[in-house]
Amino acid sequence: ENADPQKTAFLLRKAWTLYSVTPLYGFRRARLRDYARLLSAFIAAERQRGLAVEVGVELDIKVSLSSLADLRGSQLDQAALLVQLSSRSRASSRNSEDKPVWSGWFCSVFGDDLSENVPEHFTCLPLFLTHGAESYTSLVGSWFQKTFDCCFRRLAISPLNLSWMVAMWAGCKLDRAASAVELVFSVPRLSQPLDISYAIHPEDAQALWETVQKTPGEITQEEVDVFMDCLYAHFHRHFKIHLSAAKLVKVSTAVAEAHCDGIVKIQHSQYLPGVLMLLTELAISQIQ
Amino acid sequence: HLATSLPLPSERDHLRPRIDLIVFMIDIKSKYSLKNVETSLAHVDASFFLGKVCFLVTGVGRVNACSIDTSAVCKLGETYCSPVLFCELELEGVRAATAQRLVRILQISAGHIQGVSALSFVSLMRKSDDD
Repeated sequence: ENADPQKTAFLLRKAWTLYSVTPLYGFRRARLRDYARLLSAFIAAERQRGLAVEVGVELDIKVSLSSLADLRGSQLDQAALLVQLSSRSRASSRNSEDKPVWSGWFCSVFGDDLSENVPEHFTCLPLFLTHGAESYTSLVGSWFQKTFDCCFRRLAISPLNLSWMVAMWAGCKLDRAASAVELVFSVPRLSQPLDISYAIHPEDAQALWETVQKTPGEITQEEVDVFMDCLYAHFHRHFKIHLSAAKLVKVSTAVAEAHCDGIVKIQHSQYLPGVLMLLTELAISQIQ
Repeated sequence: HLATSLPLPSERDHLRPRIDLIVFMIDIKSKYSLKNVETSLAHVDASFFLGKVCFLVTGVGRVNACSIDTSAVCKLGETYCSPVLFCELELEGVRAATAQRLVRILQISAGHIQGVSALSFVSLMRKSDDD
């Protein structure tokens, strides 16, 4: 489904921290305004207790919850849910703009694997993405956990999954000039930690992927392995280092960037559904 | 005896005792270790694959550091008719249990257990839905 690019523009070029979320119990889309009020009260109460954020800053936190109807894979998916925290300084004038402080959104893109096995009254939105201070994330997370009996876990991305991502994304055709394909490796068991950054010209990476991929639209583990082996072999030929023995920690392409700690940045709206579908899949396999 | 790859250096062939079991160690965090094992397998005489070879996959406790597709390792085990053991060496309990299992396998491969031959490993590995 093609979401309205205007509405999804806020998703792009921001670093989102990923979480997997178990299904929400008793969530009702009609009550978004109520939930916003309850969450806002919860945050205010926690801050009164001195448990949150910056001390001494006079800020009112405003909460808004909204649905992003187009942000889903199919009609079987729930529409995405956006939570936004914005601040208005008490000192400033009435008409001052609300400044966004934190945003988080729940989504499911082709998450049928999870939703088809779930009993009534449960809403499946397995992927949660946040941008903003960790303290707000834990406030919002705690409220959702208490209210909907769900469980959040940071979504880590293994080197195996990162190599799938770089192979898929490096092969994507983009209308405008692509940035370099970069892989960052961390070398284990050294006295001084060592990071190796391997940058490849985007056209070379795309050409390599094209010779490897047999069926357009389909990717197999063998094809990803061949692609990565070519990159490792090339590097070994020049530097005599076996990158395959190091840990792949971050991949960067013109389509998106992903870090093993579960941080993703989506650069291009064209491939947004594809990226979200992959992340939904990872979130679901972490839950199951 | 530990070796980083095969073949073993030929200079010491005459001093080497009979080899009863070869355990190929694959670190799930290192694609390189899998490639190394695959290359080394080519240097093993076919007679070893009648119950004198086993694969040991280490580091499985850390799912998020996985660089190898586990189904590829299982396929390797099937191709070479040899058992695949998964373990996490960083956990003392698992380490001890794995060592015990390996010693047991070695006892059978060396013919020290009466009535059980190394060939039975092959038949034990067949899944019930294969028949």
